[in-house]
Amino acid sequence: MLSVLTDNWELFREGFWTTLRLFLVSGVLSLVLGTVLAAFRVSPVTALRGIGTGYVNIVRNTPLTLVFSFLFFGAAKMQLSLPTFFWAAVASLTLYTSAFVCEVVRSGINTISPGQAEAARSVGMTFVQVLTIVVLPQAYRAIVPPMTSILIALLKNTTIAAGFSVLEAGAIPAAMAERGQNQMLTLVWITIGFLILIIPLVFLQRWAERRTAVA
Amino acid sequence: MSAVLYDVPGPRAKARNRILNVIVLLAVAGVITWVVLRLNDNGQFQGRRWAQFQYAAIQRELLTGLVNTLRAAGLATVLAMLFGAVFAAGRISDHKWVRMPATLVVELFRAIPLLILMFFFYYGSLEFQLGLTPFHAVVFGLTLYNGSVLAEIFRAGITAVPKGQREAAYATGLRKNQVVRLVLLPQAIRSMLPAIVSQLVVLLKDTALGFIITYNELLYVAKQMGGRLEFGFPYIPTYFVVAVIYIGLCSLLSMLAKYLEGRSRRSRKTTAPPVQIEESTAA
Repeated sequence: MLSVLTDNWELFREGFWTTLRLFLVSGVLSLVLGTVLAAFRVSPVTALRGIGTGYVNIVRNTPLTLVFSFLFFGAAKMQLSLPTFFWAAVASLTLYTSAFVCEVVRSGINTISPGQAEAARSVGMTFVQVLTIVVLPQAYRAIVPPMTSILIALLKNTTIAAGFSVLEAGAIPAAMAERGQNQMLTLVWITIGFLILIIPLVFLQRWAERRTAVA
Repeated sequence: MSAVLYDVPGPRAKARNRILNVIVLLAVAGVITWVVLRLNDNGQFQGRRWAQFQYAAIQRELLTGLVNTLRAAGLATVLAMLFGAVFAAGRISDHKWVRMPATLVVELFRAIPLLILMFFFYYGSLEFQLGLTPFHAVVFGLTLYNGSVLAEIFRAGITAVPKGQREAAYATGLRKNQVVRLVLLPQAIRSMLPAIVSQLVVLLKDTALGFIITYNELLYVAKQMGGRLEFGFPYIPTYFVVAVIYIGLCSLLSMLAKYLEGRSRRSRKTTAPPVQIEESTAA
């Protein structure tokens, strides 16, 4: 059982390293884009609110595989391909995940009591100041547990890139099939790999839940 | 609500918002024009790329894909509900030897990427000659993952019913299964219905993963249609049509979830607070 892993160690290492890079890069980008979208959705400018709402409603009802398909096969037909498959995958994951990040941030903003924003406004802060100095720092605390769920989902979603020629962990089974290796054991090792990556996130979530429960 | 973030706009703020509105709308119009021009420059609006949708054979092909998607989603929904009910019952059991394995199974299947779950059935069938088709791999994968999530929703729904309800039911002499069946479940189902429907949206979207393991569903059909030389590789027109179908179907379900949530908030026929719809979702 162990030999399946040790004999093909470089394949597993490469695969999970790509998975990790996909996760980290698209995770950071989704957090940024999602927060910006959430700011759009609570802003006083109607057009910005419309953009935020429209984006979230469309993307949340689109399968991620369709987003991937469009960016990999469709975008090339209008000469918009991204430099590498890796970056096309990052773009797909970011576009998709930021809609969910946006909703979490927005509901986090709604948990802050109106008094906080009112007090901030009464000392003369602008909308951007109220949001970035007073509301968001407090909202982020309530946001951490649901945000971790989203990051876990993102980590699992990176496997879809395997269907689109990105050599990450989800692509290991196909490569192992070519080598004539035992498929079931390969999948078991991949599962273990994902559990190793996910369990720290779950502990982070539990810890954050405990902390916010006290505060 | 978000309205607390800014004051009711006065004349100056109104003027500023109006200017910002115009700027944003212009920017959006600019982006849309750029995309349309880009599509036009690459001939994506040419008649030959769209002509395929007039053929009855192509329409039938699309319809077959859609039916296959719905078939997988429908069967997986039924199986996932059953799976969820059984494991939720296991997780709220009073016996530790039932609770522990149920918890383990639910937590495990929620942690494994759905695509890997499908691979287990797909490659497992090849290796052990089980004779499972990609359809089965999609359905069983969806069942295990969504069943586990539903089990958590069911459990959350039942534990959200206030303690007094259970105590009162026991005090009137009901047995354990009567308490759950007659008192807790009817109240829990109302509070968790929106969360269940939201999960079904996730399930419907996830059928698109079948594309990767060659299940002949809507997205797979779209890829084949897009790859046809005689229509000039109409990937963009085809994905556009397919996206409209997916977004339409999922939006309908999402709206149903929203409606149910609003209804249960308006008329409280249950003592349980609504179950949180988790934003975490698979593909």
